[in-house]
Amino acid sequence: MAISRQDVLTIAKLARLTLTEDEINMFQEQLSDVLEYAAQLQTLDTTGVPPTASALPLNNVMRSDEVALSLDNEDALANAPDSDGRSFRVKAVLD
Amino acid sequence: MNYEPVIGMEVHIELDTRSKMFCSCSAQFFGIEPNTNVCPVCLGMPGALPVINKRAVEFTIMTGLALNCQIQRHSVFARKNYFYPDLPKGYQISQYELPLCLNGYVDIQTEAGPKRIRVRRAHLEEDTGKLTHVGEHSLVDLNRAGVPLLEIVTEADIHSAEEAYAYVTKLRQLVRYLGVSTGDMEKGAMRCEVNLSLKNAESGEWGTKVEVKNLNSFRAVRNAIAYEIERQTQVLNSGGTIEQVTMGWDESNGRTVLQRTKEGDTGYRYFPEPDLPPLDLEQAWIDDIAAALPELPDAKLARYTGDYGLPAADAAVLAEDRAVAEFFDAAVAAATNEVDVSPKLISNWVSGELFRRLSESGADISAVKITPEQLVSLIKLVAGNTINQSAAKKVFGVMFDSGRAPQNIVEELGLQQISSADALRPIAQQVIAEHPGPVEQFKSGKEGIINFLVGQIMRATRGKADPKLAEQTLRDLMQD
Repeated sequence: MAISRQDVLTIAKLARLTLTEDEINMFQEQLSDVLEYAAQLQTLDTTGVPPTASALPLNNVMRSDEVALSLDNEDALANAPDSDGRSFRVKAVLD
Repeated sequence: MNYEPVIGMEVHIELDTRSKMFCSCSAQFFGIEPNTNVCPVCLGMPGALPVINKRAVEFTIMTGLALNCQIQRHSVFARKNYFYPDLPKGYQISQYELPLCLNGYVDIQTEAGPKRIRVRRAHLEEDTGKLTHVGEHSLVDLNRAGVPLLEIVTEADIHSAEEAYAYVTKLRQLVRYLGVSTGDMEKGAMRCEVNLSLKNAESGEWGTKVEVKNLNSFRAVRNAIAYEIERQTQVLNSGGTIEQVTMGWDESNGRTVLQRTKEGDTGYRYFPEPDLPPLDLEQAWIDDIAAALPELPDAKLARYTGDYGLPAADAAVLAEDRAVAEFFDAAVAAATNEVDVSPKLISNWVSGELFRRLSESGADISAVKITPEQLVSLIKLVAGNTINQSAAKKVFGVMFDSGRAPQNIVEELGLQQISSADALRPIAQQVIAEHPGPVEQFKSGKEGIINFLVGQIMRATRGKADPKLAEQTLRDLMQD
């Protein structure tokens, strides 16, 4: 398989996910399938094709440095699970 | 065992734009109510799309040029993925494989002479929010999230705490000259990290790299590096090994403390930012930016010592701050046709009286009322013997306070120098008559006492006498 069990555990750790044994097996299989499917692209001859980071026919999309209205503090916090009325409040993170 | 410190630096510089890097929120965050300069983009709300701030790109190009970098016409933003509440998107938009600036250098001054520090890259990214830890919670303020941040990375060319200090000082001078950042470390506009390892001087073997973060003052840069060199030397000398870790600088206790074991680059899973089309900059725009760059400190220094023949120390004082250097330059330009007013004289007035008055009044040169042209007029009045040096200082004080032209002040205060021997002779005669003792001493060979007699003339004329002429007149009279 394209993805090892260790790969799944590493990805889960980076994504802060705790997986059951069944899920580890399932994701190892599913992620491998995804990679193997995408690997078909590697059979194409791309000699002379420059690498690209974007498929859109766009570049240099920039805005001028002007300030526009921001959200009200109340609106900014409206979707937050917890706040102190001014700031978002989360479980203590000290790394 | 002898070890040679090998140090690379990463310096983050907040760019002084009006709006944020990818949205139109104000980039102000210092002393602002939490979460008031935020919008769907910098809050990471689904569906909100970033748009690049053109001025931030311009500021990065300016800095890259000043760092002698190759500006990359093709550059791409990338996602740096990690979970931490200071960035609500779950990633920071940065640059990875294709940064805006590559392969530059900065020349610093060290005790052993000038030294070149190579710059590996400079790239543009967004700053993170601010966390305040309160008991079992952390409060998140996202006003700073999305503020444009320039990261400058050196090669491992730095070998001591002093060199690191000189490098950071030089960077701050450059960004201030360019006007792209306040460079204010105390307010977080400049933040440093160092990568430090010890190389075995005999075997040439490289040691393990330790990262030190949180260097938020010039003192911290110097002290943290000195501390870490000492710590690693002790560990190695006692047979221990250095672990690859991230340390933080604990300012109050003056020591480095373990922060976390290092997550490799792979942990960040960088990939090109799909929400931002690449940059393919026009060479003409880069050329325009290069043409508009101000003259930089190194060039000014070379001109002051080379063209004007100023001593290196004087030149450095003038070139230190752009506004001071430009005041000096304007005065030199105004004196182009004045044979009596040399750059050296102007330099003396700027770093002497002007600096003294500025520091006394706590004012900034940008608010100074004296124009460079007025300073030149004042120096001309001295050179042409209209006033003497001590009167000139008095006039300078009035000019500094009022911004008035020196000629008017001289007339109003009646400071015109008495520079005719006829006018001075009766005063000199009186001084001689009133001080027979000193006159006797002078006549019996005590040369130095002449200064006392000149001083009496200056006193009698309230400082208006031409001191050289006064001395000559005294000598003439006492010989008779």
